[in-house]
Amino acid sequence: MLLASVMLYPLLSFLFLVSFAKKLSWPTVATISVASIGLSALASGLLVWQLSASDNQLLTVTLWHWFDLNSHSGSSAVNIGFYLDGLSGVMISVVTGVGFLIHLFAAIYMKADKNFARFMAYMNLFIFAMLILVLADNLVLLYLGWEGVGLCSFLLIGFWYQEKSNVLAARKAFIVTRVGDTSMAIALFLLFSTFGTLDIELLSSVLPVINGADTDAVLDDKLYWIALLLLGGAVGKSAQLPLQTWLPDAMAGPTPVSALIHAATMVTAGVYLIARLHHVFLLTPEVMHYIAWLGAITLLLAGVAALAQNDIKRVLAYSTMSQIGYMMLALGAGAWSAGAFHLMTHAFFKALLFLTAGSIIYALHHQQNLFKMGGLLQKAPFESALFIIGLICLMALPGSSGFFSKEAIIAQLWSSDTAGPMLWWCAILGALLTSLYSCRLFFLGFLGRARFSAPIQAEKHILLRAALVALAILSLLGGLIPLELSLVFPNSVVLASKNEPSWLHTVAILTPFIGILAAWLYFKPYRLASSDNKQVLGMHNGKLAQFCQQGLGFDSVYNTFIVQPYMWLAKRNKNDIFDQIMMLNTWYVGLWHDAIIMVQNGSLRWYLAAFGIAILLLTGVILL
Amino acid sequence: MTTIPLFHVLILSSLLFVIGFIGVVARKNTLFILMSLEVMLNAVGVAFIGAGSVWQQADGQVMFILILTLAAAEVAAGLALLIRMQKRYHSLDIDLLNRMKG
Repeated sequence: MLLASVMLYPLLSFLFLVSFAKKLSWPTVATISVASIGLSALASGLLVWQLSASDNQLLTVTLWHWFDLNSHSGSSAVNIGFYLDGLSGVMISVVTGVGFLIHLFAAIYMKADKNFARFMAYMNLFIFAMLILVLADNLVLLYLGWEGVGLCSFLLIGFWYQEKSNVLAARKAFIVTRVGDTSMAIALFLLFSTFGTLDIELLSSVLPVINGADTDAVLDDKLYWIALLLLGGAVGKSAQLPLQTWLPDAMAGPTPVSALIHAATMVTAGVYLIARLHHVFLLTPEVMHYIAWLGAITLLLAGVAALAQNDIKRVLAYSTMSQIGYMMLALGAGAWSAGAFHLMTHAFFKALLFLTAGSIIYALHHQQNLFKMGGLLQKAPFESALFIIGLICLMALPGSSGFFSKEAIIAQLWSSDTAGPMLWWCAILGALLTSLYSCRLFFLGFLGRARFSAPIQAEKHILLRAALVALAILSLLGGLIPLELSLVFPNSVVLASKNEPSWLHTVAILTPFIGILAAWLYFKPYRLASSDNKQVLGMHNGKLAQFCQQGLGFDSVYNTFIVQPYMWLAKRNKNDIFDQIMMLNTWYVGLWHDAIIMVQNGSLRWYLAAFGIAILLLTGVILL
Repeated sequence: MTTIPLFHVLILSSLLFVIGFIGVVARKNTLFILMSLEVMLNAVGVAFIGAGSVWQQADGQVMFILILTLAAAEVAAGLALLIRMQKRYHSLDIDLLNRMKG
């Protein structure tokens, strides 16, 4: 029952806030929304502790029977039931723990907004949907959470809906992730028609058996498509190539939303889905190979794009994309627990980075342009220190949490069956890019001389700072949290360290430092930039830089090849024949409407005459 | 004393009724509409009296007295409404009361 209560608190809080949004004052709303997530976090802490104490590392609860799914091979019950194992344990700790700190930050950050209650209600709903997704014991319920997360991201990205660009960004996020969702829905249909059940536990017990039996070409083919379509769903939610275009635009939302989307919820859903259904993927090594390559390409492209961004939040957005690429790479290589570990540490330091960036943006009067910052190291030492901690973790310098998780991934790539040396080099190159764009961000924002004139007005609320400090501590020490996932992923790819060169680890550890050194030399103008803007901007006007800045042209490709033809078709078909048939109905109804309205002329004498004539007619009918 | 045949009485009452109804429908002045209503009521009354006298029963006359009472009450209410209307619209044109137009 404790398991169900984790998601009960955010739901109750959401319902309460939505019902009484207008009547509540700031302290009430803040207390309720933050406390509900705090209670969830406590409950999930307790659950994880119980989980480690239990024998089979498994907790389940079935609340009620939802409906039956019928197929030709029988029916299968779909329950509102929850399932907690090591993997979902990690997820709920991250979702509620990091979510709690983000809520705490948001309650203070958004204090002045007049729709504060609505904002916190959506945030609570977001956490609720993510918990459903993570804890669901069948794929139908998981899909409910999946869609709920999509809805909440739409609501929150478009939270300031009075501005058109925000609305467009929200719509884009919704539609692009919808492409992935459709592919996932088809995968679920295929899964059900093949195996007759969508229960995750049942599926995972059915699948290895099938593998052991005589390999069936038809089944293999089906599994291949299922895995590919599931990957499509994960790609949409986790903003991987080719459905990554929504993520940078999603920065239109308030900063705590960005933190929530990037750290605790939403983008990690795809990674979770693949890890959860790793049985399916283990049977289809080709798809795992695709996942690995997809992750590697995304991580490189996003790293390149991050190098050319002007907006501090967009740099972080691209960096999320590339870090999720690492997780995908790990999953593709069969390093499941390393992927989950990186998911956790990434949640810590990305939340820290986003929230710190948020408080910097706030302190600079909503200035997000890096070229208008500079010199923050002296002006805002507290925020700068936290940001440096976040960047250190992002670059995976030894000792930080990012180091442990990223090294765990990179270490398993070389000898993995589905990855290999090529992907190992991609990961190293990605690490180099990461340290390059991190340094560029740091030099532009924090070194040099201040390029803004307005005085800084930092939010110094003690709770806000406490949230940031807690995240910083988690980021630094998160790597020491032991993750016991061997029961979840029993048949992880065995690490036969076959002919692994001895220099692998040295290179992996040294790469970030090489990146920093290169950045130190190459971005010298950024580092020393004074208030003279021309010098800084001078090296930033190349065609290539602009191309990178616009996300490597994906947006324009989609625009020309998908959006515009579709719009053209829609415009062409505005007066299509089926519409006209429908319009005939309205015309007919309208005709009668006009006829009857003429009778209602309001003149009493006409009514009376009609009355008399009717009586005359009636009498006539009766008499004759 | 020769009795008047019932048929003649009914012709008279129908004529009166139709005249009254046409007056109600065709007249624009509310006062005249009220008067036409009185004519219609009295047409019914004539039919009752005629029928009563033909069948030698008092019921017809009882009904006529009832109608008379009704007419008195109706006129009282009608005239009151008329005064309100005059005060409000400064006119007795029934077509002014067309706010029910659909």
